[in-house]
Parts: sequence; C-alpha cells; structure tokens
Amino acid sequence: MDVIIELANVSKSYNEIKAVENLSFKLKKGEILGFLGPNGAGKTTAMKMITGYMPPDTGTIKVKNEDILKDPVKARISIGYLPENNPLYLDMTVAEYLNFIAEMRGIENREKAIDSALAKCGIKNVSHRIINHLSKGYKQRVGLAQAIIHDPEILILDEPVNGLDPKQITEIRNLIKEIGKEKTVILCSHILYEVEAVADRVLIINNGRIAADDTIENLRERSKGSNIFVLDIIDETADIAEKLNTLENVKKVEKVHSGLYRIFAAGNKETGHSIFVLAASNNWKVVQLYLEGNSLENMFLNLTEGGK
Amino acid sequence: MKRALVIAKKELLSYFNSAIAYIFFTLFLVILGFLFFRLYFLIGVVSMNDFFSIIPWIFLIFIPSVTMKSWAEEKKTGTMEVLFTMPVTDLVLVTGKFLAGFAFVSIAIILTFIVPVLVSMTGTLDWGPVITSYIGLFLLAGSYVAIGNLISSFTANQVSAFLVTAVSILVFMIIGTEPVYSVFPNFIADIVRNFSLSYHFQSIQRGVLDSRDMVYYLSIISLFMFFNIRSIESRNW
Repeated sequence: MDVIIELANVSKSYNEIKAVENLSFKLKKGEILGFLGPNGAGKTTAMKMITGYMPPDTGTIKVKNEDILKDPVKARISIGYLPENNPLYLDMTVAEYLNFIAEMRGIENREKAIDSALAKCGIKNVSHRIINHLSKGYKQRVGLAQAIIHDPEILILDEPVNGLDPKQITEIRNLIKEIGKEKTVILCSHILYEVEAVADRVLIINNGRIAADDTIENLRERSKGSNIFVLDIIDETADIAEKLNTLENVKKVEKVHSGLYRIFAAGNKETGHSIFVLAASNNWKVVQLYLEGNSLENMFLNLTEGGK
Repeated sequence: MKRALVIAKKELLSYFNSAIAYIFFTLFLVILGFLFFRLYFLIGVVSMNDFFSIIPWIFLIFIPSVTMKSWAEEKKTGTMEVLFTMPVTDLVLVTGKFLAGFAFVSIAIILTFIVPVLVSMTGTLDWGPVITSYIGLFLLAGSYVAIGNLISSFTANQVSAFLVTAVSILVFMIIGTEPVYSVFPNFIADIVRNFSLSYHFQSIQRGVLDSRDMVYYLSIISLFMFFNIRSIESRNW
C-alpha cells in the first residue's frame, strides 16, 4: 500500500525544551494509527506539525509524497484535523460554523457536505443551536464534523474523547471506528485503552522520542512478558518469595508488605495456575490472586515511565 | 482571496450576533454628535472642520476596542488552530481580518453621513472638503485597523491589546502635532511629522486630495498587514 504520511528526523523545540526529537515514521493509506504517550510527550506538537499549523525545526514531513513546507495549502486540503481541546466558535450555531468551515475549504456543494457531516456525527437535530449551549459530547461531535466535512483522506484527532463521560466516550469511539473504515487516521491519546479498540498500529512516544511502534497484536505478544500477578496471603511464612522465584516464567518477586507480593512473570494463564498450585501445595492461606491491570497497559507504563 | 471575504463575513457575523455592535454604534454617534454639535452651535459657522478634528480622537478609543479581539480571541480559545489549518495562505487570513475590522468601522463612518446633511440644513455647506475629508477618514480608519490587528496578534489578552493599540495610535497621532514635532531640529521635525497619521489627515481636511497622502495611508496599511502576516507566521503562540 502507498505511504501517505512520512516523517523523517523531525525535531521541534520550544525555548530550548525539546518537544519532539528525531521523530520518524511512515503511515500507509487506510491505516489507523494510535499515537500514544503520556501528557507532555510531544504528541500534540507532532500533530501540529503534520497538519501544517507550525513548521518543524529540522527534518521533513511529507503528505502524499510532497513536502508540506513546499505547498502547505495543498497538504491541508487532504487533512481533517480535530485539535486538542476541540476549539470552536462558541457564539455560532452548528450550521453557521460548519458553513464557515465549508466555505473556507472551498467546498462546491456546501449544503450536501454539511448535511452529510451532520448526519455522520449525529447532530442534525442540534444544527440550529448555538454551539456554546451544547453538551461537551455534542461539542465534540461538532468538532468531528468540522474535521470530516471535506471528506479528507487523512484524519488527525488529538485526544478526541478527553473529558467526556463513559457513554459519550463509547459513542465517539464508535463514530471514529465508522469514519476510520475509509480513511487514514491518526488518533492521539494518553490512554492506551482508548486506542486499543480502534487502532491497527500503535506508536508510543515518550519525551519526544519513539518508544515503540508496532501492531496491536505484536505489542500484545511482546507484552506477555510483562504480566504482574498479585498474591495476597495471611499467616505468611519466610520462604514465600524464594519458592515463588523457583517457578518457571517468574522473573522477579517483589514484596509489597507482609503477605502481599507482586510477581513479575512471562506467560499468562499457565503462570497464574502454577502460582495457585504452588500455594495450594504449601498450604498458604491465599486471600486473593489476580492479574494486575492489562498487560499491554503495564508495558505502556513501563515504556513511558522508563524514559523519565 | 474570495476566502478572505469568508473570514470577514464570519467576523462581522460575530459582531452583529451580540448586542455589542449596536451599543458601539449608538455610543459612537451619541458621543460624536454631542461633542460636535456642542461646539457647532457655539461657534455658529457652517463648517465640518471641527467634526473631522474630533473624530480621529474618538477613533483612538473606538477602533482599538474593535480590533482588540481579532487575533487575541482566536489565540485564547484555540480556534486559530482550526483557522491556520484551513487550506488558505496567511495573507488571506490577514486580509480577511483587516476587511472585517475595516467594514465594521466603515459602517460607523457611513452612519455619520447624517451629520453633514444636518449641518447643510442650517446654511450653505462647502461639500468639497467634506467629501475629501471623508475619503481621508476611511484611509485613517484603515490605518488604525491595520495597527490594531497587528497588536492583537501579539497577545491573547484583549485588554492589553486594546491599551497597547490605543497608546501606539496616540503616538502616531501626536507626533504630527506642533508641540511635539517642534521639539526636534527642523529637518528631523519634518520627517517625524510626515510619519504621523494626523499630519496627512490635516492636509486632506483642507480639501485637497494629494496623492502623497493617499500613498502614505495605503503604505501604512500594507506595512502593518505585512507585519501581521509575519507575526502570525511565527506561530509562536
């Protein structure tokens, strides 16, 4: 498949603070990329550069094989962008706002484009209301409608579900999934869970550099080595940690406090079972044994905390 | 460049969507009418001279309050990120913002056309200088708007945009008044005076449309629009 976005050695600093450092990646047409990193990792800066909002200090960004600095206006035609915090002209009605965007983008059949964007985002019924009077979820839909009104090939969404309630998150996520079927999407988030369900590929960025870049399946495969089991025991004996360490797949045992252990292990269900068998054969009084969090989540945390 | 009109339309819509525009126009006309007619009936000469001497000073407050939000608000709410990723050049954006401010102020100027009509009813008015002064007034207002828009692009705070614009325009005005330029040695005084917004307006007020004055105002407008493009280009906000 064709490469549609290409970043090569892109760096950007603000007053000597490096926001993005030597960032290089390629995005193929039709791919949905989860762009992941903790707050302040450089995600938004990277998006601002790809959308042509600001130029990189060094490096090149190509959209559809053309350097965006050579013809920024042309690159912007193929991109739809929902900036972080979803800025909107709050004193306009939804219809006025979308009409403004459609005119700015020089769309010929404006009525049709607006109608289709309203329908896709499910906001037809509020089109004559003033944006400021809408709920946060609806505002987010208006922002999304703005980003897709010109039917762009590339859609860049920066933290699209930040600050929404769980129901709204599910709705917006489904909407992104639906829109993503036909487009190349970059979805930024600081929460793995949000991109996991939608993205084909995840790029984890930390302190302006790439920490991981792989498909969800591969990452899951890799993350199997980073399971953490928690074992909670009453009446503990001295040699529990020792015995746990003898188990196959166990890499490290950490004693949190008396009777509570965190076991870092590869493998998943088998390891859990063997911990259970060990406990049973030693007559340990187990209160609970569980997997701490999602293994992918753990890996994400490891990758992003390790850089600090 | 058609898109510049789209931006101008959007800006004007936001002025007129709220009551602010109407309050503005009313206040402007009431203050101007009061200051002018108070003098007019006192002096009793059928002339618009005082009118055109007062209005630049009212604009000193009026225009910065129109231009203060142009970029500052976009910056504060983050909408400039949407605006700057639209497929248009910075020149189009700056032109659109200028046209919006200029159109708004032009409406205010057009509303004052009632004043010379009223004056002409009280006696014979020499329309020549009135017409040239009005042309000069549009040019002067355009310069104020270009300066105000540039300053609005430096900050996200509308109040500081207002104050800095008012002070900048004040400086540009008073360097053309005698007490100020006369402190300089002769040859510098002449240059200083020629740079001022007020000197050229005074010369237009006499009823002569000199191409030098026109060129001066058009250069000021272009120069500040050029600076405005430069300032938004940096995106250092």
